[in-house]
Amino acid sequence: MSNGSGNGVLFEGVRRLGAVTIFLGQLLAQCLPSLARPRLLVAQIYNTGARSLIIIMLSGLFVGMVLGLQGYELLQRFGSEEALGSAAALGLLKELGPVVTALLFAGRAGTALTSEIGLMRATDQLTAMEIMAVDPLRYVAAPRFLGGVLAMPLLAAIFSVIGLYGAQLIGVTLMGVDRGVFWSQMQDAVSMRNVTEGLVKSLVFGIACSLIAVHEGYHAEPTAAGVGLATTRTVVASSVIILLLDYVLTAAFLQG
Amino acid sequence: MEFGTGLFVLLGFAALLFLTTQLPASGVKFGGAKAGYRVTAEFDNIGDLKVGSPVSMSGVRVGEVSNIRFDSKDYKAVVTLRIDPQYNQIPDDSFASIETQGLLGGKYIGISPGGQDTYLKDGSRIDQTQSAIVLENLINKFFANYASKGSDAQSTETQSSKVEPRK
Repeated sequence: MSNGSGNGVLFEGVRRLGAVTIFLGQLLAQCLPSLARPRLLVAQIYNTGARSLIIIMLSGLFVGMVLGLQGYELLQRFGSEEALGSAAALGLLKELGPVVTALLFAGRAGTALTSEIGLMRATDQLTAMEIMAVDPLRYVAAPRFLGGVLAMPLLAAIFSVIGLYGAQLIGVTLMGVDRGVFWSQMQDAVSMRNVTEGLVKSLVFGIACSLIAVHEGYHAEPTAAGVGLATTRTVVASSVIILLLDYVLTAAFLQG
Repeated sequence: MEFGTGLFVLLGFAALLFLTTQLPASGVKFGGAKAGYRVTAEFDNIGDLKVGSPVSMSGVRVGEVSNIRFDSKDYKAVVTLRIDPQYNQIPDDSFASIETQGLLGGKYIGISPGGQDTYLKDGSRIDQTQSAIVLENLINKFFANYASKGSDAQSTETQSSKVEPRK
């Protein structure tokens, strides 16, 4: 494959897309059998979810606080600071919660997954498992994929709630927006549909991020440089896909 | 490790529960019932007053709107106000009006004190109220006057002063 010409890049892109799709199929087929060993899944939820908790909570707090500050600054020009609650809630639930969580997840957990599986590939651990008739897709890839998919919506929800607290901290405690108005305007503006939108987004992002991370690791070139390259590709591909999917999903939810 | 996972899953579901039950208006309030006493007031039109809107006297917050319902006999909105316990010396002939924060801001209830030396207590009713001023109606009224009276700007002023509820 000549990567020099434009055709080669296009061909390589399509081939990669096909490989990821096939890999997703294989992975999904192994998801249910992999549940026979629930400990593997729990370990991965711990790795991807629980260990991302601190970074998610800290980022959520600061994103919420910035939202409170910027929102207040803008809204008080129109004398409608009370709308801060609804602005912060909608912004966090629909966009910032799922997207920022997914980006952080790609950086924090996605890279760890890729380099871990990549190193297993480089040190022939995956091959060894195959020789012992242990399917590495079932016992290595599928639990990591599932763990990421399950952890993402929970992380996004935690991010949103902490963010709301941060927005309230700035808006109500510091800037003096009335607490009752802040919450009642928020409850008025947010519908169940908005919550579902955020949840669906984070679930889709979870699938995309975990799939890319596991796939890149699983098919990494079995060298030190190859694993490094695969890790980089995970972050780049995940970030672009997340933002692209975010646009598509936002448009879909606006139409429906 | 198991504790960490458990904590994470617990936190995650707590956050989800919070988002699904607390954010969409469901009537569940934070912190349960708060201290204070409750008084009611009836209004013809409450505009976009909401549960949780502030109640203030001279610009100081003294309580909040705790309930809003519609009285289908009198066709009026019955608003329950929860007043903080330390403000227990509000004359019972006080006047409650629905006012707007800023030009397009949310509504709140302003109480102007009366002269009686008996005070509002739990379950009292504020008799004298003034409804929300709906900006569109005001503009309509103004233009109707303006069109019928032509250049006579003086009459617009006398007309609008008749809107006062007390004679």
